[in-house]
Amino acid sequence: MRHLMSPLDFTTQELDRLFDLAGDIQKNPQKYAHACDGKILATCFYEPSTRTRLSFESAMTRLGGRVIGFSDAASSSASKGESVSDTIRIISCYADICAMRHPKEGAPMVAAERSGIPVINAGDGGHQHPTQTLTDLLTIRSLKGSLGGFTIGLCGDLKFGRTVHSLIHALVRYQDIRFVFISPEELRVPDYITDMLKSKDISFREVIRLEDVMPELDLLYMTRVQKERFFNEEDYVRLKDFYILDMAKLERAKKDMLILHPLPRVNEISVEVDDDPRAAYFKQAQYGVFVRMALILTLLGLA
Amino acid sequence: MLNVGKIEEGFVLDHIRAGKSLEIYEHLRLDKLDCTVAIIKNARSGKMGKKDILKVECDIHMLNLDVLAFIDHNITVNVIKNGEIVEKKELALPGQIKNVIKCHNPRCITSIEQELPHIFYLSDPEREIYRCKYCEEKYSPSAK
Repeated sequence: MRHLMSPLDFTTQELDRLFDLAGDIQKNPQKYAHACDGKILATCFYEPSTRTRLSFESAMTRLGGRVIGFSDAASSSASKGESVSDTIRIISCYADICAMRHPKEGAPMVAAERSGIPVINAGDGGHQHPTQTLTDLLTIRSLKGSLGGFTIGLCGDLKFGRTVHSLIHALVRYQDIRFVFISPEELRVPDYITDMLKSKDISFREVIRLEDVMPELDLLYMTRVQKERFFNEEDYVRLKDFYILDMAKLERAKKDMLILHPLPRVNEISVEVDDDPRAAYFKQAQYGVFVRMALILTLLGLA
Repeated sequence: MLNVGKIEEGFVLDHIRAGKSLEIYEHLRLDKLDCTVAIIKNARSGKMGKKDILKVECDIHMLNLDVLAFIDHNITVNVIKNGEIVEKKELALPGQIKNVIKCHNPRCITSIEQELPHIFYLSDPEREIYRCKYCEEKYSPSAK
C-alpha cells in the first residue's frame, strides 16, 4: 500500500505515468466517470482549506466515488482529544482512501503508519503540500510541453513559502532548469536550498527586482509577500510594489511566458493580468483536480 | 593512580571526551540496569590529554551501541568476555535513532501526541545531520 507524503515519494518515471493518466482523464473524462464507483474518500481536514478540500472532493466525485469527512478540528473527534493514530484507525474502517490536512507537521505520516488505507498529505503545517507541487508540475508539463529546459522565476516570499521549497526540490530532478529567485533580502530562499543547488551544480540567481529579470523568464511563479514577514513598516512600503505583477511589468516578458500562483492571491497579481493569455493560475486549479483524480486512481490501484 | 578492577563480561568504553561519561550513562540507561558500572572521569590520556572511561559489567547484548555512535563515534568500544578483550567495535553513525533525542519543533506532531516515538534519521552522513522523521526539523545539539 502506498501513501503520498512528499512530492519526492514518486520517482520521475512514476510521475510521468501519473501525469500521462491525468492527461488522459482531461481528454476522456467519461472513461473515468465510474472508475471509483463504490469507493469512499475521507477528507480529514483539521484546519480549514476550502480550495484543497473541494479539489479532492471534486476529484473523487468526478471518478464516481463518494466523500465523507470533516473540515475543521472543532467538528472532529480531535476536539475530544483523540489522537491522529486512533482517528485514522477508525477512518480506515469507513473509507478506502484518506486525504489529511493538519496544522502539525508530520501528522499525515503518523496517520500513514497506522492506517489500513492509503493516506494523502493534503498539507501539514509549513512542511509539505505535495498535491500542490504535483499540480504545479502537471500545469508546467501540460502548458510548456515538458518538465525541463526552461528558466523559472520564483517571486515573493521565498523564505517561508512551502510551495516554493517543494517545487524547487521537485524540479531539480529534471534537466536544464535555471532558477531565478526574486525576493527582498529578508525573504530569500533558505541556505539549505541554495546549498543543495550548488552541490548539484544547478544554475540559480538571487535578485531583488522582478523587472530586472522579466525578459529572460519562461515561467514566473508568484507568491504573496505578507506584511507581517517584514521587520518594519518602512521596508514593507518600500518593497511591496516590486512584487506586484501588473501589465506594465509584463510588457517586457516573453510572449509565451507562463504565470503561475498557488492561490489564493490577494493583490500580488493585479486583476488586469487575469485576461492575459500568459495567466495560467486559474487553469492550474483545473489541473489540480486532474492530478488528484490520477493520484486517487493510482493509490487505489485502479490506474 | 586509581585502580578499577577487571570485568568478566561487558564493555569498556574508552576515549570518551572528558566530562561526557555521565551523559552516556544516561543515554545508555545504565541506571536501569542492575549491574556494576565504573565511571572514570578525567583520566590521563596520551592521545586526548584527558578522557572519560566507562566500564560496564553486563551481558554484551544488553546495550544499544547505536546511541553511542550518535553521541560520539570516536569512542572506542572494547567487548570483554572471560576477562579478555574479544572485540574492538568500530562505531558508525546509525541510520536511525529512536527515543534518544527529542524533537523540539513546536509545530511537530510529536509536540502534541505524547505516545509517539521520537525518531530521527541520518539525512546527511558527511555533515552528520539528523532530522526528525515526522517534521524533518534538523536536530540541533544545543536544544538537547
